[in-house]
Amino acid sequence: MIEVKNLVKRYGSHLAVDHLNFTVEKGQIYGFLGPNGAGKSTTMNIITGYIASTEGTVTVDGHDILEEPEAAKRCIGYLPEQPPLYMDMTVTEYLRFVAELKRIRKTERNEMLDHVMELTGIQDVKERVIKNLSKGYRQRVGLAQALVGMPEILILDEPTVGLDPKQMIEIRELIRSLGRDHTVILSSHILSEVSAVCDYIMIISKGKLVASDTPENLSRAMAGAQKLSLLVKGSTEKMETAFGMLTGISQYHCEQSEEDGVLRVELEAEPETDVREAVFFRMAEAGLPILEMKTTNMSLEDVFLELTEGEAVSDPEADSEVDFEADSEADPEADSGADPGAESADQEEGEE
Amino acid sequence: MLAIYKREVKAYLTSMLGYVFIALNLLLVGIYFTFYNLQYGYPYLDYTLSGVSFVFLVTTPILTMKVMADERRQKTDQLLLTAPITPGTIVAGKYLALVTIFLIPMAIICCYPLLLSSFGEVSLKMAYTALLGYFLSGCAYLALGMFLSSITESPVLAAVITFGACFLCYMASSLSSFISGTTFATYVALIAVAALVCLLIYSMTKSSVIAGLVFLLAVAVLTVCYFVGSSWMAGGIQRIIGAFDFMSPFNSFLNGILDLKSVLYYISAVAVCGCLTVQSVQKRRWS
Repeated sequence: MIEVKNLVKRYGSHLAVDHLNFTVEKGQIYGFLGPNGAGKSTTMNIITGYIASTEGTVTVDGHDILEEPEAAKRCIGYLPEQPPLYMDMTVTEYLRFVAELKRIRKTERNEMLDHVMELTGIQDVKERVIKNLSKGYRQRVGLAQALVGMPEILILDEPTVGLDPKQMIEIRELIRSLGRDHTVILSSHILSEVSAVCDYIMIISKGKLVASDTPENLSRAMAGAQKLSLLVKGSTEKMETAFGMLTGISQYHCEQSEEDGVLRVELEAEPETDVREAVFFRMAEAGLPILEMKTTNMSLEDVFLELTEGEAVSDPEADSEVDFEADSEADPEADSGADPGAESADQEEGEE
Repeated sequence: MLAIYKREVKAYLTSMLGYVFIALNLLLVGIYFTFYNLQYGYPYLDYTLSGVSFVFLVTTPILTMKVMADERRQKTDQLLLTAPITPGTIVAGKYLALVTIFLIPMAIICCYPLLLSSFGEVSLKMAYTALLGYFLSGCAYLALGMFLSSITESPVLAAVITFGACFLCYMASSLSSFISGTTFATYVALIAVAALVCLLIYSMTKSSVIAGLVFLLAVAVLTVCYFVGSSWMAGGIQRIIGAFDFMSPFNSFLNGILDLKSVLYYISAVAVCGCLTVQSVQKRRWS
């Protein structure tokens, strides 16, 4: 559907997009992932024809975006980073204007508007002036705008920014359902979102494509050793002796947790071994109750960090330096780590 | 184009700006009309319209300041430029909307000669020729304002620049009389213009070689012209400034002359400003 070849965008001496190459297939959901300033929005702006590239070509459904802009733009619905809303119009007026702009036939117009308003859940605000809407609703109106005309390709730049958790889930559901018969490209710096929604992830860093694969493949390819995180009740000495007798563990680290008498243990297994059972029985024998055990092996977060920062994954300072960590405060799901999201994505895809 | 045109007209008529523009136009023309035509019983509109022609300096910025600049500020240009329409269509739709808003006070002003004719003999042909001139010059100012609005992101800045530019166009004929028209003066002025152009080239290309070469070439050409075609050079500045003179063509309308040259002047001014607006929209996508 979309073919991007050798794309370069220069702003003065700054290279925003650096020889980007990728193809987007029909009927899939693609996720652009990258820290702030990685060139996600710039790439999207070039694909949609808002700005021109310095070098390289973009072909949308066989139409070059510079040679045949109108034909190419006709198959794209675009939600930019900041929804392009006219503040002095009501939602219905605005969407009708967009429909006229996209040359939707008069007979289909009302039906189309009702349909997109229903999809994005903005029917109860349709007579309100956009100026008075909350950020979440504005975002949804922006999404509705992209959906008008039901274009084959949807390009969504950070579609869930500013939404509350419930809306966020709704919008993700919507994107996933749209992914069945549309091609969707969305960008995000929230990992859980991308891994939950997308069929395919493209990680961009400093204008370059550093990795592109399915979420599972990415974490599998990057997975080295299994890592476990445990909460164990007991003393450090007992723990030392218990672990001394375990095989298959390359390194471990104990520290006091917030709870009294409970230790937080991080351990790393030797490659290609699953030590979870062994750990369980060993602890049971030693009389150390395990309160919590979870695998932390190579979440997408780590993949992301490794690829975009090029620093050791285990370095805790590296985590705090990355932009998306700070931003994830706004995302309640990210607080619990990227893992649940990644897992749920795996499950869902398994179901499909 | 129709979609943009409709949206723009509606936006002007639901916000203050459109009404302020209409009201100021009507108020100022009304005052002059009352004063000259009703008070003194003067049966022609020429004094009224030439007196009130400064109205565009005030009203043009009001109407045009937001037309392109605000799209950029609100980022709604992303919607327009990624929709399946060309920038030319966008600009045309917007310009027609501006003209439509201007037609509202014009329609009311067009009743004035009829009002006047109920008091006595009035040459309607002359009156409407003058009004046509008034309308065309307004259209030219609006196009100029639209272009200047497209080069900046801030409506306030656009308004200030537009006022300045409109003022220069309004005063062009008086300004050119200050300047000496000798061959040598033209020569010096043109070199100064060439220097400015080369500075612009330098700021765009960052190449002192290209800018320097262009400047030397321009100076050489001008020097040759100075010695060979000095008769052509005489009064050159006046002619250049004359190209920006929006008022002189208007005066021929006021005298009741339907001058094709003046009509053409205004139409080409609108076309040039329209093209420049399209280019300025396009340029931003490439920088």
